Amino acid sequence: MSQATATLAAAPARQSPGSTGDAVFAFACRAAGVLVLVLLGAIIVSLFIGGWQAFSAFGAGFLTSTDWDPVQEVFGAGVSVYGTIVTAVLAMLVAVPFAFGIAFWLTELAPDWLRRPVGTAIELLAAVPSIIYGMWGFFIIAPVMADPIQPFIIDTIGELPYIGALFQGPPFGTGLFTAALILAIMVLPFIAAVMRDVFLTVPPVYKESAYGLGCTTWEVMKGVVIPYTRVSVVGGIMLGLGRALGETMAVTFVIGNANRISTSLFGGGNTIASVVALEFPEAGAGSLKLSSLLALGFILFVLSFIVLAASRFMLRSRLKG
Amino acid sequence: MSATTIGSQAPSKNLQVAAALGRSRKRADATVRLLGLIATLIGLFFLASILFTLFYRGFAALNGTVFTEVTKPPGSNGGLLNPIVGSLIQTFLGTAIGTPIGLLVGTYLAEYAQGSRLGGLVRFVSDILLSAPSILIGLFVYSALVVPFGGFSGWAGCVALAILVIPIVVRTTEDMLSLLPNTLRESVIALGAPKWKMIVTVCWRAAISGIVTGILLAIARVAGETAPLLFTSLGNLNWSVNLSQPMSSLPVTIYNYAGSAFQDWIALAWAGALIITLGVLGLNIVARGLLRGGK
Repeated sequence: MSQATATLAAAPARQSPGSTGDAVFAFACRAAGVLVLVLLGAIIVSLFIGGWQAFSAFGAGFLTSTDWDPVQEVFGAGVSVYGTIVTAVLAMLVAVPFAFGIAFWLTELAPDWLRRPVGTAIELLAAVPSIIYGMWGFFIIAPVMADPIQPFIIDTIGELPYIGALFQGPPFGTGLFTAALILAIMVLPFIAAVMRDVFLTVPPVYKESAYGLGCTTWEVMKGVVIPYTRVSVVGGIMLGLGRALGETMAVTFVIGNANRISTSLFGGGNTIASVVALEFPEAGAGSLKLSSLLALGFILFVLSFIVLAASRFMLRSRLKG
Repeated sequence: MSATTIGSQAPSKNLQVAAALGRSRKRADATVRLLGLIATLIGLFFLASILFTLFYRGFAALNGTVFTEVTKPPGSNGGLLNPIVGSLIQTFLGTAIGTPIGLLVGTYLAEYAQGSRLGGLVRFVSDILLSAPSILIGLFVYSALVVPFGGFSGWAGCVALAILVIPIVVRTTEDMLSLLPNTLRESVIALGAPKWKMIVTVCWRAAISGIVTGILLAIARVAGETAPLLFTSLGNLNWSVNLSQPMSSLPVTIYNYAGSAFQDWIALAWAGALIITLGVLGLNIVARGLLRGGK
């Protein structure tokens, strides 16, 4: 008895063959995890410190001021924040119905042999680099917008009493409207893929029981699938919004780069990402302009962090079992 | 259940009303089906339009000199050799730096951090980084590496790309490791193997196709990234493979050339765009095939 206790007590002293390796490996894994946290913290802190010069020079007014005058060294985020939000929201208004249609078709209507190839094609649309969307938008879409589309809209919707003001002005082809359209095409596959994945999580029994009552496909969608997946669908939309807010290259090509708020959606504008990409080469190290660009980056980070965090919480319950 | 709870669409005793209701329900159904089909066709149309434009304009400009000549001033028959090599170097090094870190983080989340607070936080932050605007990663590396070390460099570009690689590899690694059955782990532990050996020699091996898929998708994603490189490796019009100097890359060159006023530069930009898109989409298709084969 006493001998047994002695051996047991002595046991921990003897190292098991893998324990050093285990400790090292577990430490490495944990350290890598902590590194990711540090990385995000470092991004926030470095943008904030970089933008501090601008924040302290212009105060809270930086956020709303529409000045952007490199000669007088007066900068404000108003125009680009406005452009960012308008293009992103407009893009979502266009993309969400289409994404829903695609997800609906892929999950409920498509013949089995078409589901995988069409689904893959839509996912490939998401893999095309954003600079390609920019070039395509600039050389293909913008001319089409400038000639038949925008003049037509100006002559029809532009004549209407209240909303007409949004669709007036010279049809340049570039501008907020075109940028929103390109963004919509870019985020479409992201939203469609999330919607398809969450639609597939609906237990077949629920759908079958609705079909058994004589519901049509659309009624099953409306009455069973959408209520079941509502939160995750909104999460998918937020994910798309998060992408649209920070998209740089595609927007930079077609936004028209104007530092003013235009009443018309056909007018030029700027988003935070496009102004950073376009103005960075002209901002000297240590200048107030560079600091203003970093401050814009900080604002963009806060915006997309909020949107992406909300999306994460909404999607977590459904997609991560 | 009483009839009132069924609502306005309760079966009618009147046959005409019932038939009309049935017709309108069928019409609504047919309309929405048609709209779904149209939405899908429009989505496919955009993909086809992008690919057609790239092939049409890209092949017209694609010839031998694109791969053999370096970038030159407009009108002197230059190519894209240095951007192509620069992109290959930076994408390779970025992936080489980011992959081990992403692999360890994914392993931590799947094997060590189930239910732990730190694990939940790491997973959340990694997901945020996955979708965070890449231009901000560029600005961060600019402030953290370019300014302190006194200039744009290929290394800074590699680090920016590595930061983009990490969350993609984390996501796929964790997903693939969580698919493995626990009995597999238990049988290895029961043989007396330490946990790290179980992970490295059994779990990683069992999940290898998924992990490689993640790495390929990460390469495909960063190969086309432009915004982070604008502030880090900047671009270089001369031949240079020195990583401590500014380094050329295909996306940045496309960006500069496409916005220029010279026809031959714009043509080269299309050629570059074709090369990069074929590479990225090819990698995606290979990755998907691998994942399907592995399952």
